[in-house]
Amino acid sequence: MKTVNRRQFLKSSAALGGALVIGFWLPERAGRAFAQPQVQRTAPPNAFLRIGKDGTCTVFVKHLEFGQGVTTSLPMLVAEELGCDWTKVRAELADAGAVYAHTAYGMQMTGGSSSVWNSWDQLRTVGAQARTMLMQAAADQWKVKLADVRVDNKGFVLGPGGKKLAYGQLAEAAAKLPVPEKVELKPAKDFTIIGKPTRRIDSPEKVNGKAMFGLDVQRKDLHTVLVAHPPVFGAKVAKFNADKVKEVPGVTHVVELTSGVAVVARNFWAAKKGRDALQVDWDLGPNANLSTEGLRKQFGDLARTPGKSAKKAGDPAAIAGAARTLVADYEVPFLAHAPMEPLNCTVEMQGDGAEIWVGSQFQGVDHPAAAKALGLDPSKVKLHTMLAGGGFGRRANPVSDYVIEACAIAVKVKVPVKVVWTREDDIKGGFYRPMYVHRVEVALDAGGKLTGWRHAIVGPSIVGGTPFEAMMVKDGIDPTSVEGVADIPYEIPNLDVTLHTVSTGVPVLWWRSVGHSHTGFVVETMIDEAAKAAGKDPVEFRRALLTRHPRLLKVLDLAASKAGWGTALPAGRARGIALVESFGSACAQVAEVSLEKDGPKVHRVVVAFDCGLVVNPLTVEAQLQSAVAFGLSAALHGKITFKDGQVEQSNFHDYPVLRMSEMPKVEVHLVSGGDKPTGVGEPGTPPIAPAVANALFALTGKPIRMLPLDDIKWA
Amino acid sequence: MAKFHVNGEQVDFRGAADTPLLWVLRDYLALNGTKYGCGMAQCGACTVHVGGEPTRACVTPVSTLEGKRVVTIEGVTATSQARVARAVQAAWIDKDVVQCGYCQSGQVMAAVALLGKNAAPTDAQIDDAMNGNICRCGTYQRVREAIKSAGASLKGAAPAAAPKAAPKAAPKKA
Repeated sequence: MKTVNRRQFLKSSAALGGALVIGFWLPERAGRAFAQPQVQRTAPPNAFLRIGKDGTCTVFVKHLEFGQGVTTSLPMLVAEELGCDWTKVRAELADAGAVYAHTAYGMQMTGGSSSVWNSWDQLRTVGAQARTMLMQAAADQWKVKLADVRVDNKGFVLGPGGKKLAYGQLAEAAAKLPVPEKVELKPAKDFTIIGKPTRRIDSPEKVNGKAMFGLDVQRKDLHTVLVAHPPVFGAKVAKFNADKVKEVPGVTHVVELTSGVAVVARNFWAAKKGRDALQVDWDLGPNANLSTEGLRKQFGDLARTPGKSAKKAGDPAAIAGAARTLVADYEVPFLAHAPMEPLNCTVEMQGDGAEIWVGSQFQGVDHPAAAKALGLDPSKVKLHTMLAGGGFGRRANPVSDYVIEACAIAVKVKVPVKVVWTREDDIKGGFYRPMYVHRVEVALDAGGKLTGWRHAIVGPSIVGGTPFEAMMVKDGIDPTSVEGVADIPYEIPNLDVTLHTVSTGVPVLWWRSVGHSHTGFVVETMIDEAAKAAGKDPVEFRRALLTRHPRLLKVLDLAASKAGWGTALPAGRARGIALVESFGSACAQVAEVSLEKDGPKVHRVVVAFDCGLVVNPLTVEAQLQSAVAFGLSAALHGKITFKDGQVEQSNFHDYPVLRMSEMPKVEVHLVSGGDKPTGVGEPGTPPIAPAVANALFALTGKPIRMLPLDDIKWA
Repeated sequence: MAKFHVNGEQVDFRGAADTPLLWVLRDYLALNGTKYGCGMAQCGACTVHVGGEPTRACVTPVSTLEGKRVVTIEGVTATSQARVARAVQAAWIDKDVVQCGYCQSGQVMAAVALLGKNAAPTDAQIDDAMNGNICRCGTYQRVREAIKSAGASLKGAAPAAAPKAAPKAAPKKA
């Protein structure tokens, strides 16, 4: 990573209770979206590692733990170099602090499937520095040279003549030594922890109910707050009547906000009953007539007009003169993230400062935004990162919606508040994966070779109107709208990709795998349509277009071979394949699907995956099962629709998600390779929808050009 | 008003009679292991045992609990189901089931109720028992494996060992 050389190492001033503490300070980066101020605190230290006198090695995890396993994989990076006893490793989520900035993105955040790769050099270096300091401390004590001591990889430093000291015994002395500027990192062949299937270290707390999520925060005199949000995006409170709210025992305050009306109470149930009793008249504003029908027509019409060019190659005009052309119109819906833990944020004003507890993916954004909303200097605001019950992008909001709302309430009511979104608030609350319409025209020559691809995308911009716009949007193209198409890996001589960015009034956001969540579906189903038109097998058709992409070929071939591509299946079943490269990783999936009386049933999914160097194979397998489940959930069921300006869904009964009985058997095959890790959390999501759709295409002969599959009439 | 037992201790609740058990546990008894996910018995994150039966605490008004015995994730290893509960927790750790973990209290409680009655459930029986418990991380495959593994250990002669003292992620204290 480029930032390594620019990193400055500082020895932490704090050595708590004889603990060895190592911290980094990252210089201000040009082009940073947000200035995240250094937070001065006494404890816990701005640091990544603390070794206690008892030998416990606590790693401060700068990323949010929301399922992806960073509280195991990141300590593995430290422990590999530290040479400690793995059973003595603990993990603690780091609070907001500039020291915890992402090494590539310049602010503290979790997203883009980047937690492991951006920590790869950083945390191994932390481990190596600490090991060197412990060795030096032992050498000093024994009055021998550093070169004469070594570690046993079980938490002891060994010296000449059988001398032996535990890390815990050396921590205090080591903390007084300078942090070595240069350390040698182990070559991969010497790894003993990295690459080894390692069980999660957070399991015990998560199976006995003790794990503390944001929603579990308890403080003295803590009040629960529910907010009545507008029924239509952009609506404003005209007036409200809280007479009946105040009759609910336990309700303490009703306050108007720019985002709605907040009901503050002693407990959740009182807040809920209070909010139910609230009468609000809304000025519905410009989105009162918003409808999915209307958007479908608007997007569809735009797809037939020239958009902004996102990519042009060869001679797109040649497409019209091709021996054969296929045209297809696609539509995918808005999608809610629906993490299991509804959004929440706890804020407590304390004298001239405040403390916040939130399961945030975006501490680097939320912390300064919260300080601003509280009217405080950021140095006076502590933001504690809590475990989050899922997120999938929803807790990484450039405009910090639910965090600044909680702060606004805390300022008004001056009691500690925990703002809780109900499931209905979450489903109806916006910040969705955008709806998109695609129109694709492909050209084949007389021999069935793919010669041209024209692709128009119509939809909202995720980064438009946010502080990320200036950094990411170039020439009017939001790269998250066109990723996977503008950089389509298939070798196609004539390419023309255009974009219409549409403002709909619906707040939108990144959703696990971002643009690839729709472009993967469209590209990979269109490829199967083209293969069929060319009379070719879908795997062979792809292979011929990937001669310059050995990594993609490898996962394609591995998935096909492990799935038994081309072999017989029971009657009524078919296979579909899809291949998507995203977040630096390559993923191919083969889905085995049948059509039952109540719709498609996915029996088996074979995944072939290349994420470079694998840090924890158990986690990678889990993340691929997870990514398949998440993508399949959306492919089968997911849609947010609008009528008369309002969201038509509200909870899991009308926004159904994947359940146990729908979970296919997922078989994961990893291609190991490379000397660095690449993304894991997201790249498994894009291929599942097209793999299933392609299996259905094979089964029925009918191309699938819209999602969710629930909306297709199969009979 | 209602008098009932939670994890063996008597509770005399004097708040609103329509308060769902979930919020009595969370807001009055500080038993935060039982989670809120939907509030309408759709997701199973709030699964507890009432009289031994898996029950969605979010739609169970406290007034219906008079004299009943409630067991939550915090108490399930200290009940008549202790052996099953320990086997389930050990299998969950062994199979590396959890991801974000938010739904897992409910998954564990549902699995304990299932295995308490049937130590060798078929896939269809697992589907029936677990379909009400949503996991957005998609841990279903490992949940299924862990249920089978826990069931197998229960059928064996030796009682399941308590979960090994694996390294801990220190929970945040609020």
